[in-house]
Amino acid sequence: MTQSPTTSLQIAVAGNPNSGKTTLFNALTGLRMKVGNYPGVTVEKREGPLTGTNAVLLDLPGVYSLSARSPDEEIARDVLQGRIPGVRRPDVVLLVLDAANLERNLYLATQILDFGAPVVIALNMIDVARRRGVVIDHAALARLLGVPVIPTVASEGEGLDAIRKALTSCAERPPARRPWSLPPAFEAAVEAVAAVMRRSAAVPPRAVSAGALLWLMDYLSGDAPSRRSAERFLGRLSSSDAAALRAAAEALAAELPDAAATAIEARYEWIAGIAAQVVSAPPTAARPGEGATDRIDRYLTHRVIGPVFFAAVMFVLFLSIFAWAQPLMALIEFAQNAVAGLVGDRMSEGPLRSLMTDGVIAGVGAVVAFFPQICILFLCLGVLEDSGYMARAAFIMDRVMSRVGLHGKSFIPLLSSYACAIPGILATRTIEDRRDRFTTIMVAPLMSCSARLPVYIIVIGAVFGDRPWLAAGVMFSMYALGTLTALAMALLFKKTLFAGPRPPFIMELPPYHLPRLSALLRTTWDRSKLFLTNAGTTIFAVCVVIWALSYFPRTDEQDFSPEVRARLAALDAAGPAPSAASPRVGDGASHAARTADPSLLSQSSESRANLIAAERLRLSCLGRLGRFLEPAIEPLGFDWRIGVGILSSFLAREVFVGTIGITFAVGEADEESVALREKLATAVWPDGRPVLTPVTGVGLMVFYVLACQCISTLAVVRKETGSWRWPALMFAYMSVLAYVGAFLVFQIGARALG
Amino acid sequence: MAAISKFAAAVRSLADLIPGQRARVAAVSGPAASRNRLLEMGLTRGTVIELIRVAPLGDPIELELRGYRLSVRRAEAANVSIESA
Ligand SMILES: Nc1nc2c(ncn2[C@@H]2O[C@H](COP(=O)(O)OP(=O)(O)OP(=O)(O)O)[C@@H](O)[C@H]2O)c(=O)[nH]1
Ligand SMILES: [Mg+2]
Repeated sequence: MTQSPTTSLQIAVAGNPNSGKTTLFNALTGLRMKVGNYPGVTVEKREGPLTGTNAVLLDLPGVYSLSARSPDEEIARDVLQGRIPGVRRPDVVLLVLDAANLERNLYLATQILDFGAPVVIALNMIDVARRRGVVIDHAALARLLGVPVIPTVASEGEGLDAIRKALTSCAERPPARRPWSLPPAFEAAVEAVAAVMRRSAAVPPRAVSAGALLWLMDYLSGDAPSRRSAERFLGRLSSSDAAALRAAAEALAAELPDAAATAIEARYEWIAGIAAQVVSAPPTAARPGEGATDRIDRYLTHRVIGPVFFAAVMFVLFLSIFAWAQPLMALIEFAQNAVAGLVGDRMSEGPLRSLMTDGVIAGVGAVVAFFPQICILFLCLGVLEDSGYMARAAFIMDRVMSRVGLHGKSFIPLLSSYACAIPGILATRTIEDRRDRFTTIMVAPLMSCSARLPVYIIVIGAVFGDRPWLAAGVMFSMYALGTLTALAMALLFKKTLFAGPRPPFIMELPPYHLPRLSALLRTTWDRSKLFLTNAGTTIFAVCVVIWALSYFPRTDEQDFSPEVRARLAALDAAGPAPSAASPRVGDGASHAARTADPSLLSQSSESRANLIAAERLRLSCLGRLGRFLEPAIEPLGFDWRIGVGILSSFLAREVFVGTIGITFAVGEADEESVALREKLATAVWPDGRPVLTPVTGVGLMVFYVLACQCISTLAVVRKETGSWRWPALMFAYMSVLAYVGAFLVFQIGARALG
Repeated sequence: MAAISKFAAAVRSLADLIPGQRARVAAVSGPAASRNRLLEMGLTRGTVIELIRVAPLGDPIELELRGYRLSVRRAEAANVSIESA
């Protein structure tokens, strides 16, 4: 084996999508991770130790073949060939086969076996096969393939010990010889290419024959990505070697015009022979869809019931996020206020106390309050994924997607983007066509991600909080707006930048599985944890910065505007300020301070402390910045405090809630704090108009639906597209959409409602 | 399965089948990318395929072959010419 004594055994887990790789990986490593039922859920490289040994397992993306047509396939095959920098070539491949679907699974399996590396086969889902009445002679399969074959039920932990033993005692295999043959001209070409590869040492000796076949198929398959991959390989050879390979391929193409297809069919013919020897299905055996899956699909993909059910699922998703999380949210808000009160009492007045209560607790706390919603969203998406409904959603929605030039496979990345655009963008790796993939990436951030949820909830709570049905409807509309805009932009992109022929849609429909609660909760927790980690780091840092900007420079009474000084004097003359002033007046105070409107002064029973705090905020760095920006956002109906919130959100959207938690909290004279959404609901402009009306509230949400306010997304897009051009374009077009959208809502809405 | 044996002469491609009908793949044509993918998914010559159902909006369609379910668009299915099973 190639490993040196100091390095551990490297094991790659490979197999078709949905064969149970991730479930097996989790069971073997004890490190649970995403277990999904939609083909292609695993797009990232995940590693974990094989418990009880020093071997390392690597979970590969599920692929149907080692062609280089999709980025997923390229990753899988580059890992297997040790071509990814920083990832060692695996010493052993754990090949996971779906026993209930053996023939098609054997296609990839035999491609991997061709490479000659030690392989252990997990014949997974043996329970499903058994239930259908299909019996597989695994001993015969092992003999025919020349590697250990172990029946497993990954979801129940069956067969794990045998797998562990086989992996650690796996022997080097004799040099692989392809057990099926090609037409003579093809064999000659493979031999010619192999000879060059052997000489150039570009491919390890045992993999030369397999590498030669794979390269020829890439070169001759006739599709652009495969050809590009073949050319990339040539780029690593000397020019004379590259010329020799090209000559061999061209000679074969002249002799056998359909070489790639010939090779695929020859392999399948051999597989059919193997299957005939090891699989025995009595005539009474159930067919794949028979039983639960077909009965369920009769309704869920029904002409009428299907789409209605789909819409209902979406609506219930949003209703549950809005309604079910309320009690938990209230609890967190209560705890937050309790902590703020405690800290406020214990600490002495000064910058440090202000940092704790107005900065950290108000800011981070405001974001953490949304944790329940985030958990519910991820839980719901997890159920849809694990059950297999996601693939049906793609099946139902494909027709709609094709109208905008995309296909059903783009639907899943877009749906995942409801949780977060980043996994959505990573999930586009299963899309074969580059134009399709880039279009999907470009519009994915328009889907309302979970980070926008806090903004929607706080605004909807402030404006429509007393009408739950209207609230749910507005929430649904925001998601619909994002989705429709994404589709419209996709159409635009497909008609302009990414114009081209319609790509194929070929997608497996896996059987339904009852989601396993433990795996589901684990997934939900892992994903939600990211949100909390973010709140603890980025958002914490931003909150501290925002607080500092709002606190400094410290101004004294002599710096205040003449109006404020006059009013302070008037208050002093009227006797000691009433200390039991309503906390809500504080919000109005900062604006009242800007105008010398005596009627307002007499109306409000503002306290001296409120007035001072509000004036200090207005004179702070943040206040100056906000007022500098106000002319730009006034046409949208926003005041400067919301403007500062929007500005800070360009780092990450959730920050908005933290920022306005700070800007709207300052000016509060006493410790009795009201929920942020009430502060928002009662905030007023200088002339007494409320800042947040239904119109400005909707305008604000529309801005958040359309704006690209996420540094991480832009960074991921840069990585996935390999250029700064696409993230720059994404940021530009979404910012324009957001501004125009909010502008239209405010101008039209304000006019329509008088 | 006897009821499905009425294999009309007009049926030339997978896209012409109606739910419940079976056929054998004769040849796969079309653009290289989709053709190779269909072959890799097991739609090789002689494979028996049954049309299970049609999506609510009329496209794509659901097929059964080699013991699993696959959905393809009518556009792809039209490139798979068939003969009676
Ligand atoms: N009945 C049964 N179900 C299984 C078995 N192994 C896994 N599953 C279920 O099959 C589904 C898919 O499993 P995953 O582990 O996500 O499959 P995967 O190969 O990682 O899929 P991708 O990452 O999409 O390529 C999950 O719902 C599992 O619970 C098994 O042996 N028997
Ligand atoms: Mg997986």
